[in-house]
Amino acid sequence: MRYKLVDPEPFRLGEFKQKIDETHGIHPDDRYLKPGRIPHIWCPGCGLGIVLSAFIKGMDSMEVAIDNCAVVSGIGCTGRVAGYLNMDTYHTTHGRAIPFATGLKLAKPEMEVVVFSGDGDLFAIGGNHLIHAARRNMDLTVICVNNFNYGMTGGQAGPTTHIAAKTVTTPYGNCEYPFNLTHLAYASGAVYVARWTSFHARYLIESVKKCFAKKGFKFIEVLTPCPTGYGRPNRLGSGLDQMKVYRDNSEIRNDINPMEAESGLNGPIIVGEFVDREKPTFFERYTEGVLAKASAG
Amino acid sequence: MKFWRLPLDAEEQIIPVGRLFIIADRCKGCNFCIEFCPNKVLEASPDFNRKGYHPPVMKPNHECNNCGLCEVICPEFAIYSTVEEKRRFTEVDLVRYEEMSSGEGKGEQE
Repeated sequence: MRYKLVDPEPFRLGEFKQKIDETHGIHPDDRYLKPGRIPHIWCPGCGLGIVLSAFIKGMDSMEVAIDNCAVVSGIGCTGRVAGYLNMDTYHTTHGRAIPFATGLKLAKPEMEVVVFSGDGDLFAIGGNHLIHAARRNMDLTVICVNNFNYGMTGGQAGPTTHIAAKTVTTPYGNCEYPFNLTHLAYASGAVYVARWTSFHARYLIESVKKCFAKKGFKFIEVLTPCPTGYGRPNRLGSGLDQMKVYRDNSEIRNDINPMEAESGLNGPIIVGEFVDREKPTFFERYTEGVLAKASAG
Repeated sequence: MKFWRLPLDAEEQIIPVGRLFIIADRCKGCNFCIEFCPNKVLEASPDFNRKGYHPPVMKPNHECNNCGLCEVICPEFAIYSTVEEKRRFTEVDLVRYEEMSSGEGKGEQE
């Protein structure tokens, strides 16, 4: 045998808790994070931490009470967010983050409910739930982190993979057209639609703040680098290289039709706040249109 | 861009001086903060942290202006800054600005 086996040190709970106490609370954002969970599992160069950080900063500056806010997430790399935030969070089954959040919102209408999930969870397996929640105009904030593939399972092609992009399951290049997520959300009836990349962290914070102040179905798409699952087969380089591409290729165009907002593999990436409109939410319609009439008659 | 004299409103300009806190053992070496710092005050440390990455350190003779971009763009919650003091705009800042605007790369857009 080349290596000598060493007996591992026995696990001591006291030492473990002491270590957590020493390493937690040394960053201002740590008060929103569960003790002992940082460092997170996301790869070096992944943009997911930026999105989580932007969400925390947006929530902090809007002074949303932790007791009055719930985060629901699905399965995938982004689904891990529910495990890191030190508040009411739910890690639901694959694709069912929005139905769970809908129920939560109807049971506690005064609560801010945020759905934090990935493109594979929200648009592949949970696509139907998303379009119907947008159609009903449920009062939810949906933050969709788009990394163009199924990152956690090893980089398979999904509904957002660019055409001709190589993944584990499309070694000769993807032949399917991808979704334009912002257009889909807009066409389904979302009242606020924005797209940013993880490079536009400050704009993302402003978008999160707007979402907390607004009623209705709000949708933010965030493009993030995925150096491990998507960058390697497509030779996009490290996370830093992909962030530089976002810096150089992205173009901010607010208030355009999301149909024109393209995001190519090597072409321009159109980002901005595309839609900001007012519409009565499902809860208002239901209380005024159904409950009032039912109690009167 | 070159300035030929100190701007007339230089007396009114206050520059915050930030103090950087770097939690080295959380860093995973993605280099986002080093690349996107508008003042270019960070560089990769020659030392390793506990995970084997090179965490960022302040360059000598550089000054942080507490813009907070590194805190926003760090995916690992490993860096933040606070305001240490505030000082007046001086001629040294003009020279630094000229050096920076002629240097390579750019920080955050706009």
